[in-house]
Amino acid sequence: MIERGESLWMDARRRLFQNRAAVFGLAVVCVLVALAIFTPYLAPYDYDRQDLALGAAAPSAAHPFGTDSLGRDLLTRMLYGSRISLLVGFLATLVSMGIGVTYGAVSGYLGGRTDGILMRTVDILYALPFIFFVIILMVYFGRSLVNLFIALGCIQWLTMARIVRGQVISLKQKEFVEAAVAMGVSTPSIVFRHLVPNVLGPIIVYATLTVPTVMLEEAFISFLGLGVQPPMSSWGLLMSDGVKHLELEPWLILFPGFFLSLTLFSLNFLGDGLRDALDPRYRSD
Amino acid sequence: MLKFVLKRLIGAIPVLWIIATLTFFMIRLAPGGPFDQDKNLPPDIMKNIEAKYHLDEPLPQQYTRYMKSLLRLDLGPSFKYANRTVNDIIAAAFPVSAELALWALMFALLVGVGAGTVASLHPGTWKDHSAMGLAMAGVCTPNFVLGPVLVLVFSLWLGWLPVAGWYGAADRILPAITLGAIYAAYVARLTRGGMLEILRQDFIRTARAKGLPESQVIIRHAFRGGLLPTVTFLGPAIAGIVTGSLVVELIFDIPGLGRFFVQSALNRDYTMVMGTALFYAVLIIFMNILVDIAYACLDPRVRYD
Repeated sequence: MIERGESLWMDARRRLFQNRAAVFGLAVVCVLVALAIFTPYLAPYDYDRQDLALGAAAPSAAHPFGTDSLGRDLLTRMLYGSRISLLVGFLATLVSMGIGVTYGAVSGYLGGRTDGILMRTVDILYALPFIFFVIILMVYFGRSLVNLFIALGCIQWLTMARIVRGQVISLKQKEFVEAAVAMGVSTPSIVFRHLVPNVLGPIIVYATLTVPTVMLEEAFISFLGLGVQPPMSSWGLLMSDGVKHLELEPWLILFPGFFLSLTLFSLNFLGDGLRDALDPRYRSD
Repeated sequence: MLKFVLKRLIGAIPVLWIIATLTFFMIRLAPGGPFDQDKNLPPDIMKNIEAKYHLDEPLPQQYTRYMKSLLRLDLGPSFKYANRTVNDIIAAAFPVSAELALWALMFALLVGVGAGTVASLHPGTWKDHSAMGLAMAGVCTPNFVLGPVLVLVFSLWLGWLPVAGWYGAADRILPAITLGAIYAAYVARLTRGGMLEILRQDFIRTARAKGLPESQVIIRHAFRGGLLPTVTFLGPAIAGIVTGSLVVELIFDIPGLGRFFVQSALNRDYTMVMGTALFYAVLIIFMNILVDIAYACLDPRVRYD
């Protein structure tokens, strides 16, 4: 019998599906993404439809999660909020991936003095309390969604840059890079066509762990009233509203809080599972 | 040792300069000014106000003026709180934030190290699983979720603790737990990992073999190496606690610096925002240097250069 060779990705998939916590995380994330995508068809009401006569009502058959003080359906607002929260999470992660991967790969491949300067800059930036800059950015450049995910993406790329740089440094001595150089492939092409695809594992793992961090920061900023603005909704915004009505309408904080925690929980489990699955040090050989 | 500290302190200077410059230009280049909301002001008065705060000068001149005053450790007057300087406001509000942070840090360390140590001594048992399960939940519960839930349960439903305010000792409990919980969770995980590693070592077996009581083995022998990962984490933890206090001070209505920062960010109080951000940056940088020194003291393998 010839044993079929197992690629890194097949091996990783098998290991991922053996990890129960990671499968749970993956399932929750898939459900959430599906709910967010199909929100316009699923939501029982419009996200800004008010029912002032009803006001704040406890969960009931008509409003499974209750309503807020303006009579808006909480389930609907949470569904629409999940779109914003997930969108900011994924887009900001993409922004941070773009910056971090480019920066790290270029720095690692060029090496020498360029690498020294680039990495020293990262060290300096690490020391800055970035969330203050996000707050300043949001206040002074307008509280729009685009500003929010650009600002969040711009502060999350440092670790990604370090990871990619380390991987690229260990890869650039390999024969395939030497061969590419010998064939006269241009430097940008070596970095992005030959090196980056080989570091995809760590990039994916770290990106998965960046998504919950960014979602948390979005919620933090919106909670302070500096992020997503009403009548739009995001989970952080819903919670800051819930805190104001804590005593009489506790469901306004309990539902968004629970789902935010569940999402962060799932994404972290998934990220940990992916790391265990993709980290070659743990591979079964 | 002295050289190491000096080197770190000198290294902090360009960082501070970058922060000061960044905040200055970010705020000045943004549309809208601090007095835009006072729309009814006649132009003459507006001019006077601008002249008073030197807002009518060209930008480079404002920049050098600000940098010079920073060298004198003067953060300038507040734009919104009339007749108060930023230094005054920080001096009044920061002790409150510092106290809150201290309680939160103590909670995080006591609970985290305690739970982590117990878990590492009984790996695989219910003690380990329940401690680590709680820690996992703690890591994924942001403070602005935990805070309101704690208030709901312990203040509104059970009536044991005050809802908000900053007067007596009972007011400290919920904010400190809210702010410290997530770090307690991280510390517990790190302590467990570090201790598991150390407890396997030969010198621990030797200590036990020569008949030392278990408490001595743990405190005198295992902690020194087992807590190293925890000490490394203190830097980010302090930075996180400082940041987290923005939200916790809002939730519990605590008159600390975090609340002032958010307020002045909303009010476009230029000097307040710059001053507070700079102050926080200095704080975090120096805390990190302190942590590095503590780490070097604990681990003889760390060289000072």
